[in-house]
Amino acid sequence: MAAAAPTAQVKPPFWRNVRVLRWAFQAVFLFLVIVFLLYLWGNLTDNLERLGIRTDFRFLRQPAGFAIPDSDFRSSQSVWDAFLVGARNTAVVSILGIVFATILGVLVGVARLSSNWLVRRAAALYVETLRNVPVLIIIIFWWAGILIRLPSLDENELFGLVNLSNRGLVLPWLDRTADLTLFLVVVLLTGVAAALVIRWRTRRFDATGEPHHRVLWGLGVALAGVTLAYLVTGRPFTTSLPEVGSFGTTGGFRLSPEFGALLIALTLYTASHIAEIVRGSILSVQQGQSEASNALGLSGFQRLRHVVLPQAFRVSVPPLANQYLNLTKNSSLGIAIGYYELTRIARISISQAAPAPQATLVLMLFYLAFSLFIALVTNIVNRRLEIEGR
Amino acid sequence: MTATRPYVEEPLPPAEPEGPPILKIGLRRWLKENLFSTWFNTLLTVVFAALLAYATYKLARFVFVDARWEVVQRNITNFMVFHFPRAELWRVWVALFVLAAAAGLGVGAAGTRREAETAEGRGTRVAGRGLVFRRVAPLIALVVVLLLAARSLTAALLVLGVAVTAIGFRLLGRSLPARAFRFVVLAVLAAIVAAFLVIIAFGGVPWDDWGGLLLTVFLAVAGIAISFPLGVLLALGRRSKLPAVKLVCIVYIELIRGVPLITILFMAVFALGFFLPAGTDPPSTVARALVGLILFTAAYVAEIVRGGLQSVPTGQIEAAQALGLSPTKTTRLILLPQALRAVIPALVGQFISLFKDTSLVFVVGLTELLAVAEIVTQQPDFRAQGLIVETLLFVAFVYWAGSYWMSRESQRLEQRLGVGIR
Repeated sequence: MAAAAPTAQVKPPFWRNVRVLRWAFQAVFLFLVIVFLLYLWGNLTDNLERLGIRTDFRFLRQPAGFAIPDSDFRSSQSVWDAFLVGARNTAVVSILGIVFATILGVLVGVARLSSNWLVRRAAALYVETLRNVPVLIIIIFWWAGILIRLPSLDENELFGLVNLSNRGLVLPWLDRTADLTLFLVVVLLTGVAAALVIRWRTRRFDATGEPHHRVLWGLGVALAGVTLAYLVTGRPFTTSLPEVGSFGTTGGFRLSPEFGALLIALTLYTASHIAEIVRGSILSVQQGQSEASNALGLSGFQRLRHVVLPQAFRVSVPPLANQYLNLTKNSSLGIAIGYYELTRIARISISQAAPAPQATLVLMLFYLAFSLFIALVTNIVNRRLEIEGR
Repeated sequence: MTATRPYVEEPLPPAEPEGPPILKIGLRRWLKENLFSTWFNTLLTVVFAALLAYATYKLARFVFVDARWEVVQRNITNFMVFHFPRAELWRVWVALFVLAAAAGLGVGAAGTRREAETAEGRGTRVAGRGLVFRRVAPLIALVVVLLLAARSLTAALLVLGVAVTAIGFRLLGRSLPARAFRFVVLAVLAAIVAAFLVIIAFGGVPWDDWGGLLLTVFLAVAGIAISFPLGVLLALGRRSKLPAVKLVCIVYIELIRGVPLITILFMAVFALGFFLPAGTDPPSTVARALVGLILFTAAYVAEIVRGGLQSVPTGQIEAAQALGLSPTKTTRLILLPQALRAVIPALVGQFISLFKDTSLVFVVGLTELLAVAEIVTQQPDFRAQGLIVETLLFVAFVYWAGSYWMSRESQRLEQRLGVGIR
């Protein structure tokens, strides 16, 4: 030991010291990255200055100069407001798409494992067809091939309540006749009350074991509350039915063919991916669980509802989150058919003299915000579902 | 038995297919069990049979009776290459022959090698020999449809020639010894480069004039080929112990994965010129779109490769360190070969996804397959007749056949590589 000590105490020269080398390497790496970014930034400012374009984000405050159909947006409002309308449209189509795609995807995924040969085959056909076609083609197909080719307005009217034509789908809607603030406050309170009732029923069930019927109770309270609010606050809105006029329809709530095509295509496409996830996670639930629930005498539906799906759901949260992200990002393809979502707004503002690099950057930041939000929500869900101690 | 050579294992006999014996049941029993077991199943069967019959009838009626396929037939060359100068089309055919030869050689040599591995008891046998036709059925369907649309004897003969070349070179590949495999890999890579050069070099056609399916395939192949090394570097960087490197890689990967491809294409096509030094000519739109596709795909490839890196057991690294290998050598000789082998199927999946995503360059104004479907419906002869359904169905079929075929191959590859089994 004593003999070995002198050699061990000799410090290696600093250019062979691993720690020094690490720091040096990282410093050089960071330096190169920063120099590269500065180089790009320098080129950008040079080019923009040469073309007489501002390098800041002040264009967001300037009037947009274009209108957005199906919204209150006026062309004198700022580009930033236009972006917000676009973000709202993106959010609407994404949220609805996520809901419908999940429902359809779970149905198809369960159908792929059905004991019925024909159902199994049909589900497989659905999945294998839609999964292998670009989503952009599905979107354009629904828009150009089906929805804008529906009969024109004067030719058809379904039941007088709903109007489906090449101008879109018009649904009955509500028209505001008075101030809604009080009504909305009461509705909010009703929601809280319903949640409390549901909790009470759950506790009761846990304590005594009597049937909880919490969904029925909750819905009942909510319905009673809303009805009461409507009557008490002096009937603040009336129904508005679509009527065919000389310039399209008036009244009701119009869903444009672009919105419809985007929603349907995103739903169908994403559902085919979700079906595969659902199938995989159902298969990952141990066979013994199904056999045990059969032995307990549960019906096929009860087995799925209470035993298999809850366990499968836990496994499928991360890949599902990925699909929800994909759906939100794919909604940017609405630009190809003219749905006024974020990307189209950005594209139009670029053509209306907003500087392309900054406008695209703002666009990307919006999508990043969406992605972060979805990631956050699914992380919370995932953490709550995680089995502890595993 | 092996007393004289105690350390050599006898090669294992080929494994019998395992699992319960297959019961032969009669048609009646099969129907009862699979379609009419309960009243609910019977109801489902009836409803689904009616729905499927209706859908099949509608589709068949449209495809064989109502559809006016003339727009596809007259424009088949446009769908395949669009702008490409017709006088130079022979270059594409030559490239096809070269690629067919390379594919045949590669498949043949891989077969020989697999047999050698199985004989040594290393490889995993994959059940389902003799299903070659089922495997390539989508591809054959695609070629048949394209030939039906082209209705040209020359094209049919040339396709036949391509097929014969592929089969011939497959036989050649089979006859090569197993140890020649690495040279075959090099030859295949060289052939791909050669096919590219045949079209573009020697007075050829620059890629700005490519279009249709040719451009789609080029963007997908070039995109995955160039983003692969980038993705590997990013994945290694993300797993690095150096915080600065790790941070930069994480930021890049997560930023790219958080935004849609279309925004990156916008950045590349509309704003890339701003980031180049003043005075330089901006690259062509195809090149800019390709840059966007590469930057996008690299982030996804990086995540796939990261999965592969994580799947390599720590013991491998520790063993390499114990042997005194340098970090670089550990990565190059121990870590990467095992990691990349494990992620081949996922990379094929990423390639399929890129193949489908190339349709997005339509939005930034390139004339790939989908754009052609839109453009040809505006020709004077076909304008305003609602022919977009026909062209879109045709294009969708081309995409479908390509990705379905590749996804099946990737499933088979997955089984053969035994991913998830070891």
